[in-house]
Amino acid sequence: MIMDIANFTPVEATLGGALIGLAAALFMLMNGRIAGVSGIMGGILRPVEGNMLWRVAFIFGLLVSPALYSQFASLPAIQIDSSNVLLIVAGLLVGIGSRYGSGCTSGHGICGISRLSFRSILATLLFVLAGMATVFFMKNLVGGA
Amino acid sequence: MNLLTSALAGLIFGLGLIVSGMSNPAKVHGFLDITGNWDPSLAFVMLGGIAVASIGFFFARRRTQSWLGLPLQMPTARDIDRRLVIGSVVFGIGWGLAGICPGPALVVAGTGIVEGGIFVLAMLAGMVVFELIEQRKQ
Repeated sequence: MIMDIANFTPVEATLGGALIGLAAALFMLMNGRIAGVSGIMGGILRPVEGNMLWRVAFIFGLLVSPALYSQFASLPAIQIDSSNVLLIVAGLLVGIGSRYGSGCTSGHGICGISRLSFRSILATLLFVLAGMATVFFMKNLVGGA
Repeated sequence: MNLLTSALAGLIFGLGLIVSGMSNPAKVHGFLDITGNWDPSLAFVMLGGIAVASIGFFFARRRTQSWLGLPLQMPTARDIDRRLVIGSVVFGIGWGLAGICPGPALVVAGTGIVEGGIFVLAMLAGMVVFELIEQRKQ
């Protein structure tokens, strides 16, 4: 293993993480809900009256965040190396898997671990390991992720 | 009011993803690529997030209602089942393929980058497939 010192940004990462944690804390204390992005999105596809608009509002907030950020600083680079076919396959797997497993990086990784939920700690370990294995497989066996 | 706080939470969440660098799929790949040039930044995002969120959940745990008077909906599931294990592994594979998970997908789509929109649509399609499978089971 070689550490990538050039791209390692511990201060920004921790500060940004703290903002994500603040959003999750606020959402539970104000709205009484887990700030899990896959659950919030997926719930829209299972319409329950009075249970839709707050989901749309949360997603709206996420969608406009880059526009607000760019008012104060230039947006950091966004680099996507995947082909469109790979993006579609990845998106499908992320959509099905996160709903079947009841959460993604936000719901299990941030909120679940903060609640000391054993389910979420296991889920996070599993998707991080599966993600690492996938990158390894794509790099070494398929040739380039 | 709850719509406003919901939008605000989404907004702060998105700003956090941008500040932390996690809105950049290449940086997420840098974390998942442990045999290459490993960038541990994502672990620090988790640490910062968990440190702050745990304080919030600590206070929420003693309540039955939110500050806005809404029911506090803490998850109650405790069992480790097949759904959790298989779902998390499938999600992890998809995450590894493109370096994109649901939150950053929406942020990237919000910048107007076409690839972000493609990913979000595919992810929504995956969620629709999940709903169809669930309905068939009933």
